[in-house]
Amino acid sequence: MSTLSELVGKETIEKVLAKGRSTGAGFSEIFIEDKRSTSAGLDDGRIEQVTTGRDRGAGIRVVHGETTGFAHTADLSEAGLLQAAEAAAVAAKQGSGGVVTVALGGIDTHQVNDVQILPNEVPKTRKVELLERANEAARSIDKAVVQVSAGYGDSVRRILVANSEGVFAADDQVRTLFRVSVVASGDGGMQTGYDSMGRTIGFELFDLYDVEELAAGAARQAVTKLKARPAPSGALPVVIKRGSGGVLFHEACGHGLEADLVGKGASVYRGKVGEMVASSLVTLIDDGTMSGEWGAIGIDDEGHHSQKNTLIENGVLTDYMWDYLRARKENHRQSGNGRRQSYMHLPMVRMTNTFVINGTSEPDDIVKATKNGVYVAKLGGGSVNTASGDFVFGMTEAYLIENGEITEPLRKGNLIGNGPQVLRDIDLLGNDFAMGNPGTCGKDGQGVPVGDGQPTLRVKSLTIGGTAA
Amino acid sequence: MSSGNALQDLADRIVAQAKPGEQVEAYVSRGGETSIRIYEGEVEHFVSAQSESVGIRVIKDGRTGYAYAGTLDESVLSEVFAEARDNVQFGSVDEWAGLAEPDGVAKVPQELWNEELAHFPTAEKIAIAKELEKLTLATDSRIRIDDANYDDAYGETAFATTSGIRAHGRENGCYVSVGTLADDGDETQTGFGFSVGRTPTEFNLGRAAREAADRATRLLGATKPQSKRTTIVLDPYVTAQFLRVLSGSFSGENVQKGRSFFAERLGESVANPLVTLIDDPTNPLAYSATDIDGEGLAARRNVLIENGVLKQFLHSSYSARRGQTRSTGSAVRTGGTPGVSCLAMQLVPGTGTQEELIAQVSDGVLIQMVQGLHSGVNPISGDFSTGASGLLITNGQVGAPIREFTIASTLQRMLQDVVAIGGDVDWLPMSANGMSLVINDVTMSGA
Repeated sequence: MSTLSELVGKETIEKVLAKGRSTGAGFSEIFIEDKRSTSAGLDDGRIEQVTTGRDRGAGIRVVHGETTGFAHTADLSEAGLLQAAEAAAVAAKQGSGGVVTVALGGIDTHQVNDVQILPNEVPKTRKVELLERANEAARSIDKAVVQVSAGYGDSVRRILVANSEGVFAADDQVRTLFRVSVVASGDGGMQTGYDSMGRTIGFELFDLYDVEELAAGAARQAVTKLKARPAPSGALPVVIKRGSGGVLFHEACGHGLEADLVGKGASVYRGKVGEMVASSLVTLIDDGTMSGEWGAIGIDDEGHHSQKNTLIENGVLTDYMWDYLRARKENHRQSGNGRRQSYMHLPMVRMTNTFVINGTSEPDDIVKATKNGVYVAKLGGGSVNTASGDFVFGMTEAYLIENGEITEPLRKGNLIGNGPQVLRDIDLLGNDFAMGNPGTCGKDGQGVPVGDGQPTLRVKSLTIGGTAA
Repeated sequence: MSSGNALQDLADRIVAQAKPGEQVEAYVSRGGETSIRIYEGEVEHFVSAQSESVGIRVIKDGRTGYAYAGTLDESVLSEVFAEARDNVQFGSVDEWAGLAEPDGVAKVPQELWNEELAHFPTAEKIAIAKELEKLTLATDSRIRIDDANYDDAYGETAFATTSGIRAHGRENGCYVSVGTLADDGDETQTGFGFSVGRTPTEFNLGRAAREAADRATRLLGATKPQSKRTTIVLDPYVTAQFLRVLSGSFSGENVQKGRSFFAERLGESVANPLVTLIDDPTNPLAYSATDIDGEGLAARRNVLIENGVLKQFLHSSYSARRGQTRSTGSAVRTGGTPGVSCLAMQLVPGTGTQEELIAQVSDGVLIQMVQGLHSGVNPISGDFSTGASGLLITNGQVGAPIREFTIASTLQRMLQDVVAIGGDVDWLPMSANGMSLVINDVTMSGA
């Protein structure tokens, strides 16, 4: 597999960047990507098929004043790239700005992730075996398990980014993922269980984690829920288990701290830097350098090094997350958060690994201190309206807390809250930090891999969207 | 053998390379899009993009392999074919594995390609988006614009298989959308509006602007309601999202694999007798109208629920073979091998405007927006819970705005609890239509 700089030479890149600025634009950028992926799925007891994919191309961005022109192409020849650069330049501005030259230095790299076993060097048979092991493990848990679906996926994403300001950087991003979903059937109908694991590492993922254990856990979740009662309806204290609820912060404030949304006045956190926006227990960090985690990157998709950024410190908002355009506009430093789904997409401000660091409470004490409430062992996805701050997230595995003890399982439902209020309402924070499941964050139609994490914590009041009085 | 179409020729050429004993399907496509975003009277971004892809499916001795690439470059095509062949050995033997076969059902002729749009000048597309921003701003002094957008796309696909399928189709379409922010002191609420057309001359910019402004300003001052059981009136846009949640339960493949709560219910009453639900991609009014499915078979009209009774499930050629029935032309491609899904769901409208339906509700909520259908609904168990915002209904009149609450029930119950269907049908930029829909006995959770 040749490197991208062998595929597209530096001189070609310089010509493309110059072409991008040929209509007078102040900034041009080329993002080249070559991504190979393998996935395998098992369903209904069968390996349905192994799929291999290849996505390769370049996106060219040209910024003229406040206008961004963007074009992409799967044709990486010099002629193909120059044609795309011209399209982007014309899109950004009609007219001519004369001849421009761009000169680049050596390629910059920033190694964050350490890959032991490249997944494309592992025989497919071994990937398929994992699926069969997971299937057997899930089905052996209980006769009530009626269906198992398991998925394996890996990708090797090579990117090369260069711009007219001299950024010239490359990164290899290797990700490996495994997921299991289970259906159990009983007298009261069907219920489901789900779990996944994924890291920005290679096939050594399976030396670190056990697929049987993952599958058994998903199966137990489904079987347990057969006896679940409808979730309560109304406001209650909610305890969220460690490593299961980072999505709470992702939605309650993460998106609202993205500088592009703040800049348009579409965030409840606009103009709040330096102010108390959360309980003083909360220190929130976004860290793209967190080696091996699902949202870890050496460079972002605009060629800037990933960073560890403190967003909220002891409840005080310290900074937003930035991409190139928004940082340039407001004369702010980069934060390494300019990301895109693929070469076919424009970059924007995105999270990487977003997490709350440890507090001091013992997790058991948090449950004991809660007379009546809900214990969430696994959260599903969520979404937020950053302008109003209202956000929802689903509970995939949850239990009632009665008299300080975890009791009966609950059926699926959403929780709803308002970001700034919920951050203030965090009144207990555990000392048992863990990262959560690999996530895909969607924004403006683009998905990127993100991680999240948190210790066990309590929100003193959240609205549970169940049906039980 | 030339078809006069480059994409069909390419698909034919791939399939011609099949070796004895191999079943091969080539699925090739290319397309493009223009995306223009306006902010404060200027073009914020202009995206002009072309893409292409090829997917090759190989079946041998009951085992399936698949590979794809995001390019039609000849040097990559042979790599894709080789990968798909290599992947065959890892698939399990499946007695029902196979390709679609010509079934004699003729395509319903449709005007899916619009020449006017294909040649529409770029400057006018920009002008339309700017006009939408201007019209929206002019509606109300409390309104700011998040973004105003013009988007269009075209796509062309071709299928060829060793089993004799040869199908080719192309379509284009466009829409405008605007996101709004309404401010009142520290409070900000959001809204959106859009308009869809086969050509930009079909847009109704005034309506999109008005709806975007109304949705945001109506919610200003909204409070969190008390929890209670209530009646909900879904806005057409919300009804369409509700229909989409049901889609997977009609999939014959999900039924066979134990993932549909409709399994074993054929011929039984699963909904209020008011409900007749059809999947009809041959209706040109549907945004997702198409003449071929994801295996190259003719798309067709399928009745799912008739007067509350479950009539049939949808099938691809795989699930049809497995269920000893015929494909309903309901195969979809979402990247890999074919799945089964509704293509263009249509709830048969009743009569009455939204105002007339609301007039019949003594105590309820008009649901204007929902949030988190993906995280709070389990289409397998039927558990339904979603965040929402809207307006209280008292004695047949809409009143105070409410937000930060959820509505919950189960999909099974909600279908039975439908008490009125509006005549205000709206064709939305998604694969379901919408109209006002009244559902009884839903739990609202708030303070």
